[in-house]
Amino acid sequence: MSRVASLLRAALAAVALAAFAFALIGPLANLALWSVAERWYTPYKLPVTYGTRYWEQVFRPTGDAMASLGTSVWIAVLTVVVALALSVPAGYALARLKLPMRSLFMIVFLLPQAFPSVAIYINVARIFYNLGINGTVLGVVLVHAAHGLVYSVWIAAAAFAAVDKDLELAARNIGASPLRTFFTVTLPLAAPGVIASGIFVFLESLDEFTGTFFVGVPQVTTLPLLLYNAAMGGNYQVASITALILLVPSVLFMLFIERFLRADVLAKVGA
Amino acid sequence: MSLSQRQLALLLIAPGLALVAVLFLYPLCFSVVSAFTDPAGGFSLQAFGKAFELYSGDILFTIVIVVTSCALTALAAVGIAGTLTLGENPWIVGILRALYRWPLFIPFIVAAQCMRTFLAKNGLMNNTFVSLGLMEPLQAVSYLDWRGIIITFVWKQTPFVALLLAGALASLDRATLEAGRNLGASRFRILIELALPQVMPTLLVALVLSFVTMLSVLSVPMMVAGSQPTMLTVDMAFRINAYGDYATANALGVITYLISAGAAILYLRHGMAKESAP
Repeated sequence: MSRVASLLRAALAAVALAAFAFALIGPLANLALWSVAERWYTPYKLPVTYGTRYWEQVFRPTGDAMASLGTSVWIAVLTVVVALALSVPAGYALARLKLPMRSLFMIVFLLPQAFPSVAIYINVARIFYNLGINGTVLGVVLVHAAHGLVYSVWIAAAAFAAVDKDLELAARNIGASPLRTFFTVTLPLAAPGVIASGIFVFLESLDEFTGTFFVGVPQVTTLPLLLYNAAMGGNYQVASITALILLVPSVLFMLFIERFLRADVLAKVGA
Repeated sequence: MSLSQRQLALLLIAPGLALVAVLFLYPLCFSVVSAFTDPAGGFSLQAFGKAFELYSGDILFTIVIVVTSCALTALAAVGIAGTLTLGENPWIVGILRALYRWPLFIPFIVAAQCMRTFLAKNGLMNNTFVSLGLMEPLQAVSYLDWRGIIITFVWKQTPFVALLLAGALASLDRATLEAGRNLGASRFRILIELALPQVMPTLLVALVLSFVTMLSVLSVPMMVAGSQPTMLTVDMAFRINAYGDYATANALGVITYLISAGAAILYLRHGMAKESAP
């Protein structure tokens, strides 16, 4: 009796797990199928002809996709530079120095993520238009940096807080200046966390759609905007291939993040 | 050099704060002021009148979508995190752990494109159901409407909430949970009555962040659902791109702030409580 019951339970669990896997992987499988479907129409359940014609179209050196990929990566790199230039000093101040109203400042950096952003972006676009930087890479980089700053500042602060204070004191005791201590002891020790925050910002920038949609159009076409245009234009193949390109860095990040973001740093994020 | 530590700290943090002030606080004030200003420049509620007249349906639609998505996300995340923490079958736990995180780092726009094909009338989902004999071909309907938006949001946000929740559950005192188990309580009961109340703050924070995220996403409602009814983000983009009507768009923006304000207050209150705890 109990064996039947436990068998039944196992079968039920297996069915539930299979349904879960289908719900999780199904949409991605559909995307992958579309990327290699040269012709696919009803009533066929699977593509009628498979091929890499659209891949060749997307990866043609003169194609839109390569240009968009270049734009996306260039914007993401600049965003990381801007965000780290701002967040390394800010993170150090938050982690190590006596800062009045510290928790208020922590929340200020969170605010751009804690508000619905569309209404913000339409007004940023208006301000940028008046300044003449709407539709420029600079405008898009600034918007992405402001959006990513919460990750870079919070993670940098956590990384600096996790550095052993005694090591800094030891360096000072043998005569190193505060600046030298920072660059030869504190920063190298905090580097994995700072790099992780940079990767976060890079990915946020690469994936960002809403801000670019308002601030970057029509001159700046990043990969997400290319995806959107292709999908709305009914070109499912190009849209799916673009989506797959966007997935690569995300998946790599998921596989390797634990190497950079150690548990002792992670535990201090937001604290 | 007579810079005190406080001054140095403020100097170091100032550039970052300035960026947030210029690119977030200023446009935020701008949007609020613009929403309450009439074309002549005086104070008026005209824009809100227009917003409610044209978009009251969409306001309700947005609230229903976001609240439903959060509720379903919470259920799914509790199920996953609970199984990961209290599950006894190593196979199930292992497979689940390997699977559930995948959508976490997938951009919303990619998720939207996935769902656009998967949930269509002739998408992979309906095709699979038909092939398995669960459904007749004629019964196939497109889910690319409010259901599609909810499915996409839940699919995308569940791993995030489950990840935070599983982390919190894993740090609970195992002895209490084992004691409950020894007293004969089922795993389901232990999860709901013993474990979940202790990790409620984590669950709430994760849900509030998801709530605001869902209110901010433009790509999913644009790509997954048709034009009407739709979410406020799409309406705002439409007012700007089609009419250059900033007043009504900003009034809709203020309404989305108000919707998320309730959620944000919960979050800040939790943050303050944590701050004052020893």
